[in-house]
Amino acid sequence: MKVTQTTRAADSSVDMMINMGPQHPSTHGVFRLVLQLEGERIVHAEPHIGYLHRGSEKLCEGESYAQVITLFDRMDYVANLNSELAFCMAVEKLMGIEVPDRAWYIRTILCELNRVASHMLFYGVFGMDAGAMTPILYGFREREKIQSLFESVTGARMMHNYFRIGGVKEELPTDFPARLASIVEELKRAIEECDQLLTGNEAFLARTRGISPLSAEDAVDFGVTGPILRSTGQIEDVRVSEPYGIYDRFDFGIPVGSTGDCWDRYYIRIEEMRQSLLIIEQAASQMEAGDIQAKMRRIARPPKGEVYVRSETPRGDLGVFLVSDGGPKPYRVKVRTPSFSNLQAIQHMLRGAYVADAVVVLGSLDIILGEVDR
Amino acid sequence: MTALEVLYYVLGGLGLFTFLAVTVMVLTYVERKFLARIQQRLGPMRVGPYGTLQPIADTIKLIMKEDILPSWADRPVYWLAPLVIFLPALAIWVTLPLGEDLVLRNLDLGLLYIVAISVLSVLGLVMAGWGSANKYAMLGGLRAAGQLISYEIPFIMAVLGVAMLSQSLDLTRIVNDQSSIANVIIQPAGLFIFFMAGLAELGRTPFDIHHAESEVVGGPFVEYSGAHWAIIQMAEYVNMFAIAALVVLLFLGGWRWPSMPFEGTGHQALSLVWFLAKTYGVVLVIFWIRGTYPRLRIDQLMAFGWKVLVPASFLNIVLTGIVLFYGWHWSVLTVMSSLTLVAIGYVIYRRPGTDVRQDTVRVVSARDAGLKPASRAAKPLSGGPLSGRTG
Repeated sequence: MKVTQTTRAADSSVDMMINMGPQHPSTHGVFRLVLQLEGERIVHAEPHIGYLHRGSEKLCEGESYAQVITLFDRMDYVANLNSELAFCMAVEKLMGIEVPDRAWYIRTILCELNRVASHMLFYGVFGMDAGAMTPILYGFREREKIQSLFESVTGARMMHNYFRIGGVKEELPTDFPARLASIVEELKRAIEECDQLLTGNEAFLARTRGISPLSAEDAVDFGVTGPILRSTGQIEDVRVSEPYGIYDRFDFGIPVGSTGDCWDRYYIRIEEMRQSLLIIEQAASQMEAGDIQAKMRRIARPPKGEVYVRSETPRGDLGVFLVSDGGPKPYRVKVRTPSFSNLQAIQHMLRGAYVADAVVVLGSLDIILGEVDR
Repeated sequence: MTALEVLYYVLGGLGLFTFLAVTVMVLTYVERKFLARIQQRLGPMRVGPYGTLQPIADTIKLIMKEDILPSWADRPVYWLAPLVIFLPALAIWVTLPLGEDLVLRNLDLGLLYIVAISVLSVLGLVMAGWGSANKYAMLGGLRAAGQLISYEIPFIMAVLGVAMLSQSLDLTRIVNDQSSIANVIIQPAGLFIFFMAGLAELGRTPFDIHHAESEVVGGPFVEYSGAHWAIIQMAEYVNMFAIAALVVLLFLGGWRWPSMPFEGTGHQALSLVWFLAKTYGVVLVIFWIRGTYPRLRIDQLMAFGWKVLVPASFLNIVLTGIVLFYGWHWSVLTVMSSLTLVAIGYVIYRRPGTDVRQDTVRVVSARDAGLKPASRAAKPLSGGPLSGRTG
């Protein structure tokens, strides 16, 4: 693969330069894409990021380990719990903490629910990007159910701050198993409903099938992970390749595409929701009573050293590199966010595409700007 | 022209305008409520009972709003564009019969007049796109012009098929000809072609390419606000109602088919009701499509227009001509036209040359991918080569 870096018009015959964003409705946040067009064709796309940069990694260095979790909530603000988990796992690995079984089951159930919620949002927004206005309301409706369940468990709908180093904050509410069971049933039905609404639609197929395919080699070279990497045919899922937590106790599937186009990226997420529900059901049936917090000192002080953990968020491989100098605050936290790596491929994918495709391709990457800019 | 005639046209024009203004308000309300039903929400509920006064509130709001002029705008073009969009939309209605003898001025060449005038509003879209001095608007305006080329031919051809059946371009005559059998039964393919081309002309989903919110953010109208925006929006709805009315008049038998409600006194008013009921039915179909379909890309619309609709519309005309020339029974044409429709459907669904497989995604079991079954106890994460001391 040859990556060419150009910042000016590569060709003098370019008709129009258009600024897509940062105030464009379909850039999923404050993201700017400078498009050089020739008619409706994109000659060159230049992504500009940084509008949502808050210096999260630096902020981490000024907070105690327990407080850093709140900062991770705000990185991927659609899959908060998955982000929290990554940091908690990093500290636990550094300290060698053994997290109780029940805490892991709670974490797994909530994380997989969050994956479904995140993919439901993707489903709606992707439909919107393709020009269909109805899917977003169906997607949001399902996400709303999951969020209200989260609210009953964690007290917050989005910024949960529920996972703790060595466990979770508090025991589940008593009506949780019943609510979970009903929500899983509703979600199963809803996924099929959403699937029917958009998947087979001729116009939707025309807009997504064969659009900006990404080859497996290019995907690996760009560091693309998650559903987008899997859409190219690579079987790569951190839950399987480097299993963490209790994922090795469940039977589930990994959806893998073959063409790497927008349709595969879309459908893989629909399949992932089904697989997540399978995991949730198995976890709910295996869960037993027990501790939810490991025995440890109240204030976490990991030993001097460094650690890198990976976890699979809805967007891909979230890596946390943590350096401790033995003090109560982290010395350095580096986050390898999937959205950032996935977004890198957009320049390559948009070359020669139509303007209308730019929106669909960006939507299919499912980026969260909070995670891209940190 | 006598003074009486002048009075007739002035009052008639005013009446027509009032009728259309009220229709637009009703349409905005119906659209919002209908889409809300599709999307599992309530739609407007706050203003008046069930939000029925919402259109009035919207109108007042739009008139009161500030009219923003972008500093780089081409002033005359920018201010004229809404008018250029609106006037053709209004002018079509001069010759559209709303019921038995309910027409401002019936023209012998009514269909030709309508087809000619309806194209003009595209000029306004291009003007709006140019005048706004906005790249999105410009792109939208050019898209509208590009769209015109691909749908206008099948649109006219579908109209021609009906004109051949009635041997007339007079809308009233066409409707009266359908009193026993509606054209939709004779020419189902014609209806399909006309409806699709009509949607493209209106810029409604799935052909809302020139004002695609997620791509060109409203297209030619990005910069408009207040009353000018209201005028443009009104023109859109008037046009939509006109296309729906044309579908009813040309293919669904107008107020005639399946039967004229009553004869004698009051039948004129009843024919209006019958006509409006049908038109609103067609409008609901347009809304329904909006609620369910994504948007096509401009090249896909062009491919659809040139590769599917244009050949199909020519075939439609040739078949109609053959049947009329040999004087066969109309049912022969029904069969032929239905076959054309089936062929169109086949082409759309199979799209020769492209792969429409849906099964490119498979699910690999995690166990097959190398996930080892675990012992019951959760293992602590073992320190890797990077880790320091593990407790």
